Amino acid sequence: MNDLLDLSLTDARDGLRKKAFTAVELTEAYLAAMDKTRALNAYITETPDQARAMAVKSDERLAAGTAGPLEGIPLGVKDLYCTEGVLTTAASHILDGFKPPYESTVSSKLWSAGAVLLGKTNLDEFAMGSSNTTSYYGPVRNPWQDKTDPDKALVPGGSSGGSAAVVAARSALASIGTDTGGSIRQPAALTGTVGLKPTYGRCSRWGVVAFASSLDQAGPFTRTVRDGAIMLGAMAGHDAKDSTSANIAVPDFEAALKRGVKGLRIGIPQEYRLKSLANEIDDLWQRGIDWLRAAGAEIVDISLPHTKYALPAYYIIAPAEASSNLARYDGVRYGLRSEGKTLDEMYANTRRDGFGDEVQRRVLIGTYVLSAGYYDAYYLKAQKVRARIAEDFRNAWSQCDVMLTPATPSAAFGIDDKQDDPIQMYLNDVFTVTVNLAGLPGISVPAGLDHKGLPLGLQLIGKPFDEETLLQTAQALEDAAQFSAVAGLRA
Amino acid sequence: MAIDTKTVARVAHLARIALPEDRQETLASELDTIVAWVEQLSEVDTDGVQPMSSAVEMTAQWREDKVTDGGYPEKIVANAPDPVGHFFSVPKVVE
Repeated sequence: MNDLLDLSLTDARDGLRKKAFTAVELTEAYLAAMDKTRALNAYITETPDQARAMAVKSDERLAAGTAGPLEGIPLGVKDLYCTEGVLTTAASHILDGFKPPYESTVSSKLWSAGAVLLGKTNLDEFAMGSSNTTSYYGPVRNPWQDKTDPDKALVPGGSSGGSAAVVAARSALASIGTDTGGSIRQPAALTGTVGLKPTYGRCSRWGVVAFASSLDQAGPFTRTVRDGAIMLGAMAGHDAKDSTSANIAVPDFEAALKRGVKGLRIGIPQEYRLKSLANEIDDLWQRGIDWLRAAGAEIVDISLPHTKYALPAYYIIAPAEASSNLARYDGVRYGLRSEGKTLDEMYANTRRDGFGDEVQRRVLIGTYVLSAGYYDAYYLKAQKVRARIAEDFRNAWSQCDVMLTPATPSAAFGIDDKQDDPIQMYLNDVFTVTVNLAGLPGISVPAGLDHKGLPLGLQLIGKPFDEETLLQTAQALEDAAQFSAVAGLRA
Repeated sequence: MAIDTKTVARVAHLARIALPEDRQETLASELDTIVAWVEQLSEVDTDGVQPMSSAVEMTAQWREDKVTDGGYPEKIVANAPDPVGHFFSVPKVVE
């Protein structure tokens, strides 16, 4: 059955329709894979009974000729999406035992399209982190190994570390994550998977545990660009329950893939050429440029002058929004409660016990920058800098159609590597965070291996609601990169 | 140092997090480092720039002001740590 695990989503979809195998067979193969890779700690909750029941229904619909676009496709879902009747933790102690009485819009669209839920994947607590080490349920191990030190446990990136790891480890055919500052694209790069963050507003945020509402966006992890296009088609669309979701038609993303890059203008932002950039990353970037040029694209140097201010602006805006969003966790309506003599004490004790260190740090930073006397100096200033960053992109789009950058400043690092400097950890998102601030779509495509045999990704950035051009360029990159390496600790 | 343990204690109170004393020192130094790092934003000329609060320019849609959901109190309290009937319970707030 192992060959079933090696099929792309596209091939599995086509195989199911041709009755080459059944949805139950495919799901059983993945449930066995989950069993085999459990040591990676990539799932917080496994839902085998639900998966089998859903697969049976899929086979019925396949037989009846009423199959949806994702019929019988087994998926992992980041445990930040509310799933009706299934434990939803946000990887936080504070949501202990929380079983939502509703289903998030994006996940319900996937089930309507016929997909099968394998389980809820691990993440950084409340999606705050770049290594999946802040989870209350423990870190996720990256299925990739450093060939010079194969026993060293590496991070899968974060915050959607579990969703990235399950796709790389073959314990899900695809998965969904969320991206607030790079939480899909960075772990995708570190696990050799394709990670797509759509334009802000493309997918509904309703039913997704909120971190920073003006930045959060749902997106897929897949093994190929085409798989990502198929997933996005099922996830996207206007939702009356999310007033920030865009009322814009969802194009046929898969159809855009064959367009190629001939005549497209690819922007290379000069400010991303950091002095500290590792040679391996710089070389990979240059290879990406050469690949796209060889495929017929025109390469244009562009400037995004405010790039260096993106991370500091993000680390004001995101914590500020988080401090507000996380105010709801107070021990009254759901999750953990730590007793106190007064109501205030009960709140404060619950939040002391329920939030981990990184979440507390960010809630405190957010509360500080929003507090009287500091609001203008920090929060308002950061929002103005954000406007400057968005303006940089608007100006650059007159010269190019899509941008090419590295996805991350390095490959996967060790779970036990020293992480006592929060800012050092924040720098993982240096290439991804601008995209969230400007609300743009971005994708990370696996493009090569470093000297330790670890995957590296290249990022493409698109114009708002132009995921088609983004995906057609990603397809060209994928075709040229011929990335065929697989993780050592896969099922 | 812009952020000392006193500031941390004040902000922790605003955020309703009961910080143990021994965490305050560490947090003061961590938060101070972060705040010093974000200070570089003051270099950016933002005169006349409108603060950006939404990622994509969009106009909020009007909708009819009517009830579209509700009527299932048992679902609402199903996850409550200590519900009493269809009510949430909290420590006594009025003596």
